Amino acid sequence: MPAALATITDPAVRAAFREWLLRVADDELTIGHRHAEWTGVGPDIESDVAMSSITQEELGHARLFYEQIAGDEPGGPDLLAFGRPPAEFRNAVLLEQPNGGWEFSIVRLALYEAFEGHRLGLLARCGQEPVAAIASTLGREERYHGLFAATWLERMARPSGDARARVQAALDAAWPYALGFFETTEADQILINAGLVGKSAERQRETWEGMVRPLLEGCGLAIPAAAAALGGRRGLHTPGLAQMHAEMTEVWGSDPEARW
Amino acid sequence: MSIAHLSLEQAAWDVLRSVEDPELPIAITDLGLVRDVRVDAEARVSVRLVPTWTACPALAVIRGRIREGLLAIRGVREVSVEYTYDEPWTLERMTDRGREQLAAHGLSVPSCRFAEPPVCPYCGSHDVEIDSLFGPTLCRSTYVCRHCRNPFERFKPPAER
Repeated sequence: MPAALATITDPAVRAAFREWLLRVADDELTIGHRHAEWTGVGPDIESDVAMSSITQEELGHARLFYEQIAGDEPGGPDLLAFGRPPAEFRNAVLLEQPNGGWEFSIVRLALYEAFEGHRLGLLARCGQEPVAAIASTLGREERYHGLFAATWLERMARPSGDARARVQAALDAAWPYALGFFETTEADQILINAGLVGKSAERQRETWEGMVRPLLEGCGLAIPAAAAALGGRRGLHTPGLAQMHAEMTEVWGSDPEARW
Repeated sequence: MSIAHLSLEQAAWDVLRSVEDPELPIAITDLGLVRDVRVDAEARVSVRLVPTWTACPALAVIRGRIREGLLAIRGVREVSVEYTYDEPWTLERMTDRGREQLAAHGLSVPSCRFAEPPVCPYCGSHDVEIDSLFGPTLCRSTYVCRHCRNPFERFKPPAER
């Protein structure tokens, strides 16, 4: 058992903490994979390089968390990333959605980075090492992703007209899924009771809204009044994950024992 | 502590000083990657490193080169090289010599914070414009100098709190 989980003696708390780490790792892997699809076809060379760098970082972060979850288990982090069926993934459904246009990817990036920055802050205060130290380190890297998203959002949505209308449509599509970041399972209350998470999902959502609302409204965008589209945290995914998963695991699945 | 033990530690540091970052023309000791080196009574050497960027593809290469170098020291029985996260890498870890080497390579290096005003490494002007936060490697961003018209790269540390 890995160090991060071994120090938790209560099996229910340990399972809940594992589930939390899996959400983090699966979120990073799925959004990283979607960002990677922009490599070579970004709107300009700088954005292409930026999205590819963000991909590289998200996949690196996913690996760190999978390593923490897998510990000495046979198969290690690769088995977790590529050897599980889609129903075992715990990522929020927003992150598995196909890219569509650049505006959707940028809106999703902005919504996710605010959430991720806040979540890494919670994780940094969970008291479990080395996970807390890793979360604190990664928070410093994620900040640049948020800056990139904000710059592009402003560039596309500040001018009125077609550009803003398209960004608004992307936001309308992304928002219900983004609320799925805060979907809870039995694990959430267990983590709060055990003192590992210091904030309820509702309060996390309020903090997140307080971060994204000024950015979005400052660009002239309206926050949609839509209900959350849930499922991801329970393994109930949209077709986007199955499509992405088939592509992502194809090479690994051809010979799971191969050493690369 | 024996003489043999001390000389192994010395030899281990010599190896570390000889390993360069594959993406920057600088020794990992000048970049400030080495947190500590321990040699125990059984001649087992363990090195702990602090990564600049956790997803940097150079990390595995650096670890491999260190392992290879340490295992080649006569008398070393076992080697462990690990990255640690409890002390984040910051610009203060870079030595003055490291900064000079990067500057000589045309890379602008902030003195302590990324947020401080960038300086053109060619003409020293502050009249510069950011081109992209994300440059050719995770630890570099790209700029253009309005004064001398040169494009240049600037070292990008993980964001400060």
